Amino acid sequence: MAGAKEIRTQIASIKKTQKITSAMEMVAAAKMRKAQERMLATRPYAEKMRSVIGHLQLAHPEYRAAIMREREIQRVGYIIISSDRGLCGGLNGNLFRHLMKEFKAHHDQGHEVDFCTIGTKALGFFRRFGGRVVAHATQLGDAPHIEDLIGTVKVMLNAFESGEIDRIYVAYNRFVNSMTQTPTVGQLVPITGDQDEKLKHHWDYIYEPDSKEVLDTLLTRYIEALVYQSVVENGACEQSARMVSMKSATDTAGGLIDALQLIYNKARQAAITQEITEIVSGAAAV
Amino acid sequence: MAMTIHVDIVSAEGEIYSGLAEMAYASSVQGELGIAPRHAPLLAQLRPGEVRVDEGSGVIKSFYISGGILEVQPHLVTVLADTAVRAADLDEAAAVEVKRRAEETLSGQQADFEYAKAQAELSEAVAQLRAIDRLRKVRQG
Repeated sequence: MAGAKEIRTQIASIKKTQKITSAMEMVAAAKMRKAQERMLATRPYAEKMRSVIGHLQLAHPEYRAAIMREREIQRVGYIIISSDRGLCGGLNGNLFRHLMKEFKAHHDQGHEVDFCTIGTKALGFFRRFGGRVVAHATQLGDAPHIEDLIGTVKVMLNAFESGEIDRIYVAYNRFVNSMTQTPTVGQLVPITGDQDEKLKHHWDYIYEPDSKEVLDTLLTRYIEALVYQSVVENGACEQSARMVSMKSATDTAGGLIDALQLIYNKARQAAITQEITEIVSGAAAV
Repeated sequence: MAMTIHVDIVSAEGEIYSGLAEMAYASSVQGELGIAPRHAPLLAQLRPGEVRVDEGSGVIKSFYISGGILEVQPHLVTVLADTAVRAADLDEAAAVEVKRRAEETLSGQQADFEYAKAQAELSEAVAQLRAIDRLRKVRQG
């Protein structure tokens, strides 16, 4: 019974791995539900923000903020949102691969690229491959707060205002449903918003305290809200991707165990048969 | 029935209030504001304080917010509340901190992004995932 013992230990070790992956699957499922709720909770704010910005674009303010004007591109900035932990299938890999194509296109057009990473995975990726990372935020946890993002967003906006970068994008995984996540890149700055047809006549707001201060604050909040929403959405993607990939790992482990069990039984039976043959032929010889 | 105006109060981490009101009150940086239906378009910065919503027939609801933005359209009041205490110098400090951290972790690194190397590693990872998928299908089939 030479092979049988090895096979038995192998089965035991796969069973242990299976226990871990199935536990991770259950944890991810519970976290996913919470992450989805969080995602839904942030939607009203983002929607209201978007409609206010939409109104604002139709108004004729005396002050035009810099971040509402297009300008020629020399350097672009990317805010890249990834997960803090691995074991979530191809989630981060797919996003980075999608980004690679974009970077290549910018590279070919002679635009330079600055990065701002959120999440350990993106930071690790850009640390390995170089590139100018101007800011990063990691370990936001399962329930990210907008406070954790203020600094990173501010760095990028300051760079835009001082003319260092001419356009800012945000890259994250969009949550379609718990089985599908799509890598998405959206333009943050200059702002392009929804248009509301009803307000096309000439009008302007009354501002308090004054237009520059209010608009600057409002637009900063708008950008922050967009980034925050992307982070929350990416969080929901992370949990659902992890749940799916852990589920398939558990299934694979189950398949392996079945196959090994079959091999083990065959080996055991062969050994018994051989032993009986030996005894019988021994008895016949006597 | 008295004229009403739609009031929405939202913060980044959730919806706080949504409904019809006869009057809404908020404290802007320059003083208390009262918004009646058909108010002229207004954008105001709010300071930490109370937002009150008068729903009529004596029902007044009150919410505390730590600053934010108020938008008024003739039939719509939107309060975009901050969840954090905000101040310009605090924001600046956060930005400086983030920048310093980035420089620290990435010191001594080349500035050019290595497309070829990154591409190679990514396609390898994707190939691995695909191989695992195929293996599983073979096993089940």
